[in-house]
Amino acid sequence: MNTVLSQDVILKLEDVSKVSAGTVAVKQANFEVRKGAVNVLVGENGAGKSTLMKIIAGVEQPTAGRILLDGNEVSFSSSGDAVNRGIGMVFQELNLFGNMTVAENIFATREITNRFGKIDRKEQERRAGEFLDRLEAGTRPDMLVEDLRIGQQQLVEIAKAVSLDARILIMDEPTSALSASEVEILFKVIADLKARGVAIVYISHRLEELIRIGDYITVLRDGRITGQEEMRHVDTQWIVRQMIGSDAKDFAKADDHVPGEEIFRAEDICLPRATGGLAVDHVSLSLRAGEILGIYGLMGAGRSELFDCIMGRHGHASGKIFIDGKHIRERDTTRRIRRGLALIPEDRQREGLVSILSVASNLTLASLSRFVRLFHIRGGDERQAVTEMVRELSIKVADPAQEVSSLSGGNQQKVVIGKALLTGPKVLLMDEPSRGIDVGAKADVFRTMRKLSRDGLGILFATSDLDEVMALSDRIAVMSNGKLTGMFDRAEATEAAIVAASALGHGPALARLAPEHGEQR
Amino acid sequence: MTDIPARAAHASASSGSALLTLMKLRTFIALIAVLVFFSIAAPNFLSAANLILMAKHVALNAFLAMGMTFVIITGGIDLSVGSIVGLCGMVAGYLVLNGIDLQIGYTIYFNVVEIALITLAVGILIGAVNGLLITRLNVAPFIATLGVLYVARGLALLSSDGRTFPNLVGKPELGTTGFGFLGAGRLVGLPVSIWILIVVALGAAYLARYTPLGRHIFAVGGNERAARISGVRVNMVKMFVYMFSGFCAAIVGLIISSELMASHPATGESFELNAIAAAVLGGTSMSGGRGTIGGTIVGAFVIGILSDGLVMMGVSSFWQMVIKGLVIIVAVVVDQAQRRLQQRVTLMQMAKAG
Repeated sequence: MNTVLSQDVILKLEDVSKVSAGTVAVKQANFEVRKGAVNVLVGENGAGKSTLMKIIAGVEQPTAGRILLDGNEVSFSSSGDAVNRGIGMVFQELNLFGNMTVAENIFATREITNRFGKIDRKEQERRAGEFLDRLEAGTRPDMLVEDLRIGQQQLVEIAKAVSLDARILIMDEPTSALSASEVEILFKVIADLKARGVAIVYISHRLEELIRIGDYITVLRDGRITGQEEMRHVDTQWIVRQMIGSDAKDFAKADDHVPGEEIFRAEDICLPRATGGLAVDHVSLSLRAGEILGIYGLMGAGRSELFDCIMGRHGHASGKIFIDGKHIRERDTTRRIRRGLALIPEDRQREGLVSILSVASNLTLASLSRFVRLFHIRGGDERQAVTEMVRELSIKVADPAQEVSSLSGGNQQKVVIGKALLTGPKVLLMDEPSRGIDVGAKADVFRTMRKLSRDGLGILFATSDLDEVMALSDRIAVMSNGKLTGMFDRAEATEAAIVAASALGHGPALARLAPEHGEQR
Repeated sequence: MTDIPARAAHASASSGSALLTLMKLRTFIALIAVLVFFSIAAPNFLSAANLILMAKHVALNAFLAMGMTFVIITGGIDLSVGSIVGLCGMVAGYLVLNGIDLQIGYTIYFNVVEIALITLAVGILIGAVNGLLITRLNVAPFIATLGVLYVARGLALLSSDGRTFPNLVGKPELGTTGFGFLGAGRLVGLPVSIWILIVVALGAAYLARYTPLGRHIFAVGGNERAARISGVRVNMVKMFVYMFSGFCAAIVGLIISSELMASHPATGESFELNAIAAAVLGGTSMSGGRGTIGGTIVGAFVIGILSDGLVMMGVSSFWQMVIKGLVIIVAVVVDQAQRRLQQRVTLMQMAKAG
């Protein structure tokens, strides 16, 4: 592959696999981390990057395979284990205590105490201050973390990891909330750490960052490592190719039905962010009956927020929506569902299901009024509808009275879809409908989407999976930083153009890269 | 080698589900246990007169516990019910004795039915205040109902300057007689209050099982966000449960005043704790989403029979408190054990199913 001296390798994963909740998150990964270098890891959402890093950091244990540290096999039973061996991690979802000060967070579990076991607050704050100064964080060590901007919180998280004096430092999307100047400072710190021989594992979606600071690059797709190279030998094209791959998944075939009249239109949807700025930035789009419109975007692009606005989950959102040309004035979810909108949320556990209720109760939760005479739920009608939906979506469940939490992820997702369909929607919003479910269930979900579009439903679905958006959509909308940055017909869409549009507004470097991308394709 | 653990797992799965059934029936088993124990240990325990007397005691707590059950299923708590009992008793007593002085030389007197309806309305209104505080002003249920607990109790005391409204017989010429019927009357051999309990309990159980509102109460407690996205009007559901709890408390206020033919402003102090205890004993989960009206009623009977039986045996009231506390703690510990066992059995069944 390449000619790197093997003594540079400080950590090595051999054939590591991880199975969780019935799905294989990482398949036989071989991954090497070199010291004094930035080891970059890329892949689409759900490719298994974070899982792989959690294995290295001891947060999760591999199902199979070996971890070699300095050539010796090790196993970490907890993150404390890994920390003791010199492995630190900056988590993507911030692991901070909002109710404690910056210094207390940095030294959590490693409190500096005096002889009597009393915490030496002054000393902690002094040392925390040093780390913060190196990162030019602009925060005082005695400030409460919850009072900080999200970018500053991220810097605290980084300072915490740096303070560990780790030999291996994993950074999972460390720049997702940082401003351009903060990113520059972080890169200086990384260069400094590199010079001191620290091995850095760097995960990011932002290709221009990776190319700038990476020394080695590893690409993950569907839990497998698809490419490993020295950074100076690769370009964006190579990375995108490795990320996307060419092996086809089982997408149901498109039929040639022609979409009908416009069934749904959103005009000028805006949603202010709590921290300032707009999470959804003047988005307008229209959808025809029987059409599948895919919305592609990276994490934080504003896709889920757009769906939330359409469903009326944010009172302070502005903009208009129309169904069948009629302006929908109702602002609450209940009445919007009645007008023919239905959402399949991204986070099944938190927003999709009431996990302690039965499969049947979950299925009919949104459509109970269909089965009611006066105020009585007609059990027979309800059971019949449940049975039909279980059959139609091929939900594998022995008895619909079973608790929904006993089903596999794929079947749970089908229950969420069934719940939405029972409301008799005209427009279906699906947020990452295939996330976290196995291949067979994915194929079922895609087939269902095709069938529904044939039946004349308008489907808006958000995804960060390029294959999916390319294969399923009649048209593709791309969002980035809350804005609609591209709208392609299936015929004219190319992966490169979509990736380029999804990176617009992510800092100047990539914006310059973008057009060049499109041409090369 | 692989065969043995598999068979062992199978055996423990079936013994696990047998144990699980036992645990699910624990409140019922406890009820039978206390009945058997006291019928042996306390003379006259099983006499019809004593059973009816106990049922009347239990009924008071059972009303409150039913309201509390719905509130707890939605993930909330209602600490104000005891005070609502006191205030509603005072409202009823005041209306029987004084009517409403219109300040223009006339005083309106209501008949007993009207008084009962007004009192119930007051209870529902206070429940609505709880609900509004919780849904509109985002006050945590514990704090909101704690505040209302003090306000309602204070109002009850203010209404009579802390005195009792005695002798609520009413005057025939004003049409205010007959207030004692609720507490002392009988229909077909059973006290009126028991009949009311049966009606309200059947209604509540029906509501929980067969109406959209009931389904929504469980959905809100199980996962409020998911319920909201499914179009459940979460705020309306919460308003309802607190208003229903207030309604139940008002019934209790009426019954107690009627039984004593007097209204005392301190009536109902610490009743909320007994109601919570009955609900929890009956299998209602404090984290929301789980609970049944039937379980709560059985729970109320266990607690009620336990305390009445201990009184009959002459056990000191101090010991009674200790025993009651232990029973509640054991109930919750068993509940947790049942959850864990349930999960293990489900996992095993899933594993067996492949």
